[in-house]
Amino acid sequence: MGSCSCRKKSAARGPFSVAEVLDVVASFPGVTATRVELGEWVAHVECAAIADLCVALRDHPLLAFEQLMDIAGLDWPTREKRFEVVYNLLSVSLNQRIRLIVETTETEAVPSVHGVWPVATWWEREAYDMFGIAFSGQPDLRRILTDYGFEGHPLRKDFPLTGYVEVRYDEERKQVVYEPVKLAQDFRNFDFVSPWEAMTTLPGDEKAHRS
Amino acid sequence: MNDVIGQATADLPAKTTQTVEIDSHSINFGPQHPAAHGVLRLILEMDGEVVERADPHIGLLHRGTEKLIEYKSYIQAVPYFDRLDYVSPMCQEHAFALATEKLLGVVVPERAQWIRTLFSEITRVLNHLLNVTTYALDVGAITPSLWGFEERETLMEFHEQASGARLHANYFRPGGVAKDLPAGLEDKIAAWAETFPKFIDDLETLLTGNRIWKQRTVDIGIVPAEMALAWGFTGPCLRASGVPWDLRKSQPYEKYSELDFRIAVGRNGDCYDRYLMRMGEMRESVSMIKQCLAKMKPGPVKLSDNKISPPSRAEMKRSMEALIHHFKLYTEGFHVPAGATYTAVEAPKGEFGVYLVADGTNRPYRCKIRSTGFAHLQAIEVMSKRHMLADAVAIIGSLDIVFGEIDR
Repeated sequence: MGSCSCRKKSAARGPFSVAEVLDVVASFPGVTATRVELGEWVAHVECAAIADLCVALRDHPLLAFEQLMDIAGLDWPTREKRFEVVYNLLSVSLNQRIRLIVETTETEAVPSVHGVWPVATWWEREAYDMFGIAFSGQPDLRRILTDYGFEGHPLRKDFPLTGYVEVRYDEERKQVVYEPVKLAQDFRNFDFVSPWEAMTTLPGDEKAHRS
Repeated sequence: MNDVIGQATADLPAKTTQTVEIDSHSINFGPQHPAAHGVLRLILEMDGEVVERADPHIGLLHRGTEKLIEYKSYIQAVPYFDRLDYVSPMCQEHAFALATEKLLGVVVPERAQWIRTLFSEITRVLNHLLNVTTYALDVGAITPSLWGFEERETLMEFHEQASGARLHANYFRPGGVAKDLPAGLEDKIAAWAETFPKFIDDLETLLTGNRIWKQRTVDIGIVPAEMALAWGFTGPCLRASGVPWDLRKSQPYEKYSELDFRIAVGRNGDCYDRYLMRMGEMRESVSMIKQCLAKMKPGPVKLSDNKISPPSRAEMKRSMEALIHHFKLYTEGFHVPAGATYTAVEAPKGEFGVYLVADGTNRPYRCKIRSTGFAHLQAIEVMSKRHMLADAVAIIGSLDIVFGEIDR
């Protein structure tokens, strides 16, 4: 049993302010923008630069992000670059977090960071499984959470919530069979957007709001 | 004599004397194995009885939680968190509630914070009891689990009295907790906190100095600090490797900054240290539970803003406005301003985080769940290398794996 000394570290950040640390992050090649959102540090990064940047973030004495906490995929179908890959990093020694956001497309592969933190392998496999985001340099890009032989990427916004196939055990054939999903009731997706909040242009008002 | 045998073998046809080389073979561990802690399918490449390579196949309990949450309002999303790590349900609701509150820009009332802290610690004891005892069961000790489950039942009764459910509590909601503690529960928890340390002592007499237990866990699955950091270890597994890191201390949320507690930190990073961490944490949790009970004062347990928290039942029967609020809240829910946050809590297993992206509607645009065990389980490949098959079981037990959260 030993006492935790991390509270002391969190109380004083030393001679460097948040703005100065974020300037250091912004000075690295590939970082397009940095900001503070709800007290959390966010950096937008060019896709090709992510792996080299992660090495720099881990090894820079002012940043020291020893841990990769999470890699999250996001799907924005209307955007030109459809996917976002979000890396949440944690520095245990300096008690700080940063979020790196990379934009990519269905065809553009994101450099893998498994060489920086080996834990990235499974997070990358998950992002590949769920969104179909490819990671270059990742030797083990298998599906991870979905079934063997699964088709499609379930967390994409255009993938239906109910999926395409359902499984059951067939007593006659003595095996598990896959069948197209049959719904007893249509899937109901309630639209709760109130007309009083959402309709900014009421019928007849089109001319008034035309810019 | 030798000559005779030599002659005899020379006379035999060459075919019968051949060297048989035993290749490494792979075995399937699970998915239906009692020591797999759920539905882990572990493909082990063995060299005799030594593990050469371990490849966990996960996802057999994948229920698409993240996808489902995208189709539910924020209030409807809370119960899904109970079903992730079903051994420590309230801590996970906590992460989601804190993330939603952060995006909404609200702070819950004092008493709600104390109740959340109190039940986070009760949940921690609940989780560690299950882990330590089933871990002991995996390596051959039956008694701890028989004792531990009895204690767990007492704790689950507290869960039930507070929320109405033993396991899937749905108690921590964005904006506070579902309802105030019933009369007398605080006294019951206080009485339990007095007797429980005796139970931990009893449990320790069974295990801590036990010769067989030590043979099975000491120096098994050693994880040095650098390796633990690189493999994304958090919680007791990281502290067992000697890294003093606990979110309750370093990034305190709710009322942890007002509590006086110590953090157990290990030295060797082996299976035995990971067990010791959990025992130490249970003792600290009891002390924190006592402090919470002493510092709690009566007061509101949810926000007074009826756009986020429902009005009281009595008010609803009389006030038209309260009725409308209730109806709107449980059909449409509340709208969360656009933004994103990564909010993490120190769940019993380690850092449990929620990356919540809101787009201004009543549903999360994306809710990525950072499950603790997902990172821990991945390291089993390096941890079990060149260990015996039976040690792989001890390693799985020491990592505190629950498939509800890993597979999501």
